[in-house]
Amino acid sequence: MQLDIRYPIGLMFGSLGLIIAVYGALTNHLSLGININLWWGLVMLVFGGIMLLLARIGSAKQKADEKESQPTK
Amino acid sequence: MKITLTGIDYVILIVYFAFVLGIGWALKKFMKSSSDFFLSGRAIPAWICGLAFISANLGAQEVIGMAASGAKYGIMTSHFYWIGAIPAMVFVGVFMMPFYYGSKARSVPEYLKLRFDEKTRAFNALTFAFMTVFSSGISMYALAKLFELLLGWNFHVSIAVSGVIVLVYIYLGGLTSAIYNEVLQFFLIVLGFLPLVLLGMKDVGGWQALMDKLSGVATSQGFAAGTWTHSWAHTGTAAANPMGVEWFGLAMGLGFVLSFGYWCTDFLVVQRAMAADSMSAARRTPLIAAVPKMLFPLLVILPGMIAIGLHASKGGFLPMGADGKPDFNMVIPAMLVKYFPPGMLGLGLTALMASFMSGMAGNVTAFNTVATYDIYQSYVKPGQTDSHYLRFGHVMTVVGILISVACAYAAAQFNNIMDMLQLVFGFVNAPLFATFLLGMFWKRSTGHGAFWGLIAGTLAAFLHWALTVPAGATHWIKGGCLGTVHTYPVEMAQNFWAAIFAWTICFAATIVISLVTARTKSDEELKGLVYSLTPKIVDHHEPWYKRPATLGIIILIAATALNLIFR
Repeated sequence: MQLDIRYPIGLMFGSLGLIIAVYGALTNHLSLGININLWWGLVMLVFGGIMLLLARIGSAKQKADEKESQPTK
Repeated sequence: MKITLTGIDYVILIVYFAFVLGIGWALKKFMKSSSDFFLSGRAIPAWICGLAFISANLGAQEVIGMAASGAKYGIMTSHFYWIGAIPAMVFVGVFMMPFYYGSKARSVPEYLKLRFDEKTRAFNALTFAFMTVFSSGISMYALAKLFELLLGWNFHVSIAVSGVIVLVYIYLGGLTSAIYNEVLQFFLIVLGFLPLVLLGMKDVGGWQALMDKLSGVATSQGFAAGTWTHSWAHTGTAAANPMGVEWFGLAMGLGFVLSFGYWCTDFLVVQRAMAADSMSAARRTPLIAAVPKMLFPLLVILPGMIAIGLHASKGGFLPMGADGKPDFNMVIPAMLVKYFPPGMLGLGLTALMASFMSGMAGNVTAFNTVATYDIYQSYVKPGQTDSHYLRFGHVMTVVGILISVACAYAAAQFNNIMDMLQLVFGFVNAPLFATFLLGMFWKRSTGHGAFWGLIAGTLAAFLHWALTVPAGATHWIKGGCLGTVHTYPVEMAQNFWAAIFAWTICFAATIVISLVTARTKSDEELKGLVYSLTPKIVDHHEPWYKRPATLGIIILIAATALNLIFR
């Protein structure tokens, strides 16, 4: 693949999650009694992290495959 | 209603724009040939194509329109998903993709040329090109109008900014950029609207409380108590449900003709599957897309139901429209204001913007491909070098955006976006599926049959519209300009039946004309294009989750279960 889409997805949601969570922790706006910024920011941070992890695993696997296939070329 | 954004909200919007443009920039160096630009070099994995397939369709009408319909019709709106999309998505993946992908056609119109003849392709290419930039213009208009109303943003500035951003990322990275951004937008839409639904459900007091409130909504409008909370139970007659349609028109018009006409033949979505890296991936693209599609009612219809429930019990939840009724198009904005503090508000608005842009970008990438391969290369300047067509594709991307902008300014006078899209749909797309069905599964169908059948079907749709009106229509756009033979209870019923007529006329005309005209393509030429002349794909050795037929059956069972649960 040309560019693993999981990197930009992971980076974007990771940074958006971080920004919103930190903002939520600092401001404590409540919505129906919930600090939705903090909690949903953390959810997005975790989602972004998982995407980055999957991308890392994917590229490690690809590298291993390439190494394996090289001697046979 | 006004939404005031603060600094943090703009930060989120800017982060999103930076990633959108960054993806285009990062892909620029891979765009070496026209195939890279228009087809992503046929190198995209199935799950990415699948999410792009669903996201390209997730345009303006989906998020705002479905929430509005959720408030207007309740659970019946789910018909647009569970019968109006899923069966067709399974069909295109299992039965039609082998011919689209296997024929190596670069577009849907090109398949028609390979299967039938030049004039059938020309007709489809021209009508499709028109329709797709038209839709893009409507997305743009809706976005600018909404943001003007909510945020006080200048209409012209919104058009310019959204147009330039979509232009830049497609110009740089072609279809790959559009697909990648659609995947990004898919996650943004899910993560942006899910908390809205969760907070709404908490506010309304849970599922049972919502059902009780919706019973009140139904009875207050003179319908049976369960009309907002059942999808099929009140479709015996058109008068018994708020949608104004009966089960047959619903199942045939929406579930069969309109739905198959769109999902199985519309190049906007089929292009996403054509970009897949293998036949197996191409066939699984619509099937993977069907899974989130099946769950989308939770995300886009449920907010409408929550909003009308809260509006009925507390009052004042939704702003009033000019007609003295609640303004249903304001469901999502009203919930954003009510539940999202600064921060999440920026995320919600970014998700809304993403849904408009993904719809627009999908249309523009489909347009530039058809305009380049099916119009320019075929009729204007054949036989040029590949880099010439790549350059022309760049030009067409700009032209597509410019026409969209023009359409956006022209689209000012219509209020229900979805109904109007379906009017255009009915004329052009409804007969199309008959042509593809006969083309792919009946080798005797001929080019003349296909072409004149399509013309007949499109004319039938036009005549149906010109001779019928929905009750209470006051404007010629609603139909009846040549007289009134029949009056439908609502416009939607008129659309469904227009589609049924168009399809049937096209189907019959194609068969009759094919039988009286000679075949121009030999069996050998039709290999890979027609079911009976194409070797069957063997996939016994694959694991179950890679076998399209197995996946298709699982998805159909799940969709049937959803229909039964919410019947």
